[in-house]
Amino acid sequence: MAKKILIVGGGLAGTIVANGLCRQLKDELASGGTTITMLGASPKHMYQPGLLYVPFGRMRESELFRDQRKVLDRRVPYFVDPAKRIDIDKKTVLTESGKSHAYDFLVIATGSRIRPDTIPGMAEGAHWFYDLDGARKMRDALRDFQGGKIVVNVNAPHKCPVAPLEITFMLRDFLAAKDVLNKSEITYTYPVGRLHGLEPVAQWAVPEFERCGIKSEIFFNTKSIDPKGKTITSEEGVTLSYDLLVTIPPHTGQQVITDSDLGKGGWVPTQRNTLLREGSSDVFIVGDTTNIPISKAGSTAHFEADTIVDNLSSLIKEDRWARNYDGKVFCFMETGLHTGTYVWFNYTTPPNPGPPSQMIHWFKLAYNRMYWLSASGLL
Amino acid sequence: MSERQVIDARGAFCPGPLMELIAALRHSAIGDEVEVWSTDKGSAADIPAWIKKVHHELVSINEADGHWSIVIRKAK
Repeated sequence: MAKKILIVGGGLAGTIVANGLCRQLKDELASGGTTITMLGASPKHMYQPGLLYVPFGRMRESELFRDQRKVLDRRVPYFVDPAKRIDIDKKTVLTESGKSHAYDFLVIATGSRIRPDTIPGMAEGAHWFYDLDGARKMRDALRDFQGGKIVVNVNAPHKCPVAPLEITFMLRDFLAAKDVLNKSEITYTYPVGRLHGLEPVAQWAVPEFERCGIKSEIFFNTKSIDPKGKTITSEEGVTLSYDLLVTIPPHTGQQVITDSDLGKGGWVPTQRNTLLREGSSDVFIVGDTTNIPISKAGSTAHFEADTIVDNLSSLIKEDRWARNYDGKVFCFMETGLHTGTYVWFNYTTPPNPGPPSQMIHWFKLAYNRMYWLSASGLL
Repeated sequence: MSERQVIDARGAFCPGPLMELIAALRHSAIGDEVEVWSTDKGSAADIPAWIKKVHHELVSINEADGHWSIVIRKAK
């Protein structure tokens, strides 16, 4: 009987898994010994890191999207029919349209979503760049901005760990280019007692903030926003006024995870080395959907996906485990509109960001184009 | 009150034990307990300091087997 692999989620992680499995299991697919099916929410595949550049006019919207059908290997049937209920006991997934998909192996790659609705006043009063609509509105707001107070407000958890610093430095360069920097002030807020969750990155950022004249308010966990009064207040009792509020909203996992009773907040309990769902031997979790205390980043999804491809194909072909995931994360970090650095780490090696350079910024710009090779499983 | 949620943040560099705790408390009900396991020495000081600042309850803090175990009860 054919081994059925079902992938729920058509973003980066799910797509790399699907394409990688097609390469490794080409004989099994050809003979019908294995099938791979994908369920997703959109006919389009979006390059999410590109959203960072949209508010500054540095990337066009059309550059962020390709047809998922063209990114995905043709041997994988793809249904734009999101999962509604995942039944681990019955090994079936029920979709929004009422179809039922049985599986032998399940890969849950449902990702994460922003939840500005969970903080009073955020949806009305704040700008963000974490979805296309938000990036467009922020682009318009920046176009009209003639100077004043900008608050960059960070909430946990969120994907793309270095994005808060990136947007702050890019905003500063943008204001300078618009010749309103001398009439403006940027205050960056962060939930814990330093500028970033990664201590080496936080330490690196301190002199950079001083050099750029960026203010900060640490131990700031957002309680509410007053859109009319243009103030933002923290659980810790601090209130800041703003002329423009840019937020990294808190994230949750997808509704289907919660509705299927698979994990609090939409994050599925996942074993950090095998990437198997806790308590399962046939369900893999990949990308933002895991509850592993690790960066929710595209690179994390990519390296996790590679591990799952190796293990799933090894289990099918040779009935053995291939290798464990070592926690690897690699993030480029824009340090303005013209320079960048990067940080990488894994479960045993701490991060150590290097000095910013134009070269690394250009490499990041190049990767913005090469991403589609990653999604195709080639890079 | 639901079962105590355990966050195993041992060896975690990013986003860090305190941020994991903040995220978990967001989805917890008042009275729920969250236990954080951390090998990060800074967190053993940061977490109690933050709990006090935002008026949640520190239930216990113990060091054993090479890591800290910090139990917090959501108070508001």
